[in-house]
Amino acid sequence: MAIGLHDSTIQNPVLRWVDQRLPVFTMMQKEYGTFPTPRNFNYFWNFGALAMVTLMIMIATGVFLSMNYTPHTAHAFDSVERIMRDVNYGWLIRYVHMNGASMFFIVVFIHIWRGMYYGSYKAPRELLWILGVVIFLLMMATAFMGYVLPWGQMSFWGATVITNLFSAIPLVGESIVIWLWGGFSVDNPTLNRFFSLHYLLPFMIAGVVFLHVAALHITGSNNPLGIDPKGPQDTLPFHPYYTAKDSVGLVVYFIVFAFLVFFMPNYLGHADNYIPANPLVTPAHIVPEWYFLPFYAILRAVPDKLGGVLLMFGSIAVLFVLPWLDTSPVRSMRFRPVAKWSLYLWLVSFFVLMWAGAKPADEPYVTISRIATAYYFAYFLVILPLLGRLERPLSLPESIAMPVLRGGGPVLAGAAAKPMEKA
Amino acid sequence: MAETMVPPGVTSGGPAGAPHGAPHGSHGGAAEGETRRDFLTLTTAAFAAVGVGAVVWPFISSMNPARDVLALASTEVDLSPIAVGQAVTVVWRGKPVFVRHRTAEDIQAARATPLSELKDPAPDQSRVQRDQWLVVVGVCTHLGCVPLGQRPTDAKGNFDGWFCPCHGSHYDTSGRIRIGPAPLNLPVPDYTFTSDTQIRIG
Repeated sequence: MAIGLHDSTIQNPVLRWVDQRLPVFTMMQKEYGTFPTPRNFNYFWNFGALAMVTLMIMIATGVFLSMNYTPHTAHAFDSVERIMRDVNYGWLIRYVHMNGASMFFIVVFIHIWRGMYYGSYKAPRELLWILGVVIFLLMMATAFMGYVLPWGQMSFWGATVITNLFSAIPLVGESIVIWLWGGFSVDNPTLNRFFSLHYLLPFMIAGVVFLHVAALHITGSNNPLGIDPKGPQDTLPFHPYYTAKDSVGLVVYFIVFAFLVFFMPNYLGHADNYIPANPLVTPAHIVPEWYFLPFYAILRAVPDKLGGVLLMFGSIAVLFVLPWLDTSPVRSMRFRPVAKWSLYLWLVSFFVLMWAGAKPADEPYVTISRIATAYYFAYFLVILPLLGRLERPLSLPESIAMPVLRGGGPVLAGAAAKPMEKA
Repeated sequence: MAETMVPPGVTSGGPAGAPHGAPHGSHGGAAEGETRRDFLTLTTAAFAAVGVGAVVWPFISSMNPARDVLALASTEVDLSPIAVGQAVTVVWRGKPVFVRHRTAEDIQAARATPLSELKDPAPDQSRVQRDQWLVVVGVCTHLGCVPLGQRPTDAKGNFDGWFCPCHGSHYDTSGRIRIGPAPLNLPVPDYTFTSDTQIRIG
C-alpha cells in the first residue's frame, strides 16, 4: 500500500481504486454491512429506516412538483390544479407528496413512541434523542409551510392563525409577525418565502438525520430488553439480518401508502383547501392537518393567549429534557410495571387531544382537552421523576442472548453460569 | 496599556517557559501572557460578532415589508352609499377593515356600557371620530380570523357587534371585546375624513 492510501479490503479493482482514495465502500461495509446490531429487534425498529425512505420520497416528489408550481398568490392555486389535471402523472406525484406527509408523521410518531417505550432516550443516547426532536421540529415547520403552498382556504387561514401565534410574545410580537409576513397580512411575500423555506428545510432535515445516524452508530442501537449487548452472541450483522427485516416492514409500509394514494387520496386532507384562498372570509371551522391536532388542542385548552402558545411549544420542548426527567436506570418499560401503564395512559391522552383538536372550541371538548393536557405534562414532569424513586422494577435478564435462545424470562443465577447452548 | 503591566525584570517578548526556575518571573510572565492573549481573543471575537451581525442584518431586513408593500398602505372609502345600519368591508394593507354606519341604538348601547364590564377598557368616544361611523380593522385579536357580523344574515354575537367563529370571541357595537379568548378590542386604524362622505385609511 502506498503512503496516503486507505488500506482497502475491497477485491474489485475499480472499486478498490476508489476505496483506497475515498473509503466510502469500507465505510458502508462497516456501518451497514457488518455493523453489530442487537439480535432481538422487533418490528418497532423498522421505523427509523421507514422515516429515511419517506424523506427521500418527499424530496424526490417535491423537486418534481416545484417544476410545475408557481409561488404567486394569483397563480398558486391554479398551478396546483394544473398539476392535477394537465401535467403527465402530476396527480400521482402530488398525491404521493400530500399523503407522504401523513405517512411521514405516522412513521415518526411510532418511531418516537418506540423510543419512549423502550427508553431509547436514556444514557448514553441522550444526544441521539435530542437530534431526533430537532428533526421532528423541522418536520413540523416544513409540513406547515408546505400546506400553505396550494393557497386554498385552509392554507391561508392556517398560515394566518399559526403566524399570529407569535403575536402573543410580549412587546416585540407584532413586529415579529410583520417580519414573518413581509407585509401587513399573509400575502404574496409570505407565500414566496414559505416556498423558499419549504424547499430548504428538507435538506436541513437530511443534514440532521446524518448526525442522528452518526450518533446512533457511536452508541449502537437500543433493543426491546433495554440492556446492553455483552458480546458477539448478543448481536447480528446488520446485513443481511436487518436489511431483510426492514424490507419486510417496507413492503407493509408501501401497501398502506399505496392504499392511501390510490383509494382515498383526500381522506386525511380537508375539503375547504380546494376553495381558493379568500383573505376576507374565514371558514367557519379552521382545523389544522391531523398530525398537528394534539398540539392545537393544547393551544386551545388554555384560556390565555400567551399561556396557550407557551404550553403548545412546551409540549414539544419537554421532549428535549425527557432524558433527565426519567430518573430510572431501567430502559425498557417491559420491566417497569407502573411506568408502563402511565405511558399507555399518556398515549391515550395524546389520542384524546388529537380527537378534541378537531372539535369546535366548546364544552365538553374544552374540559376534556384540559384534563388530557394536564396528564400529558404530568407524565413528564411529575410521574416519571417520582417513579424513578418509588417504582420497583422487575429483574432484568442476564443478557440479550439468554431469553432469545431459552424462551425468555429472568435467568436464574445457576443457569447463567452454564455454557451457551445453540437453540 | 499592556506594556505598563509588565513587572520589572521580565521582558515582554521573552519566552513564557524561560524563567522556569524563578518563581517571581514565571508568575509575572504567565499572567501577562494570558492577559494579552485573552485581550486579543476577546477583541477578535467582538469584531467577528459585529461583522457577522452586519452581514446578517441585510438578510433579516430583506424579510420586512418592502417599499412597494409600504407604498400601498392607504385606502380611500366613499361613505355616501352606506345607509344607516349598513356596513362595508374594505381592504387595507391586505386586511379587511369594517366601516359601519351605526344606528342611534348602536351608539346608545356602546355608550351605556360601563368601562368596568370591559376586558380592554376604552370609552366609545375614544374609538370614533364621528359618532355614527365606526372604523375598525376586521381581524380578531386572538389569532387573526375575520369575525362575522358585516352582512345582515351573519351571526353578530351577544352584543350586536361581531362574532368570531374560530374560537368564539364576541365584540360589541364599538368593536370592543366582551367575551372570548381575544385579549384586545378590534384596533381602530389611523384614518381621516377628507370630506363629509370620504375617508382615507392609513
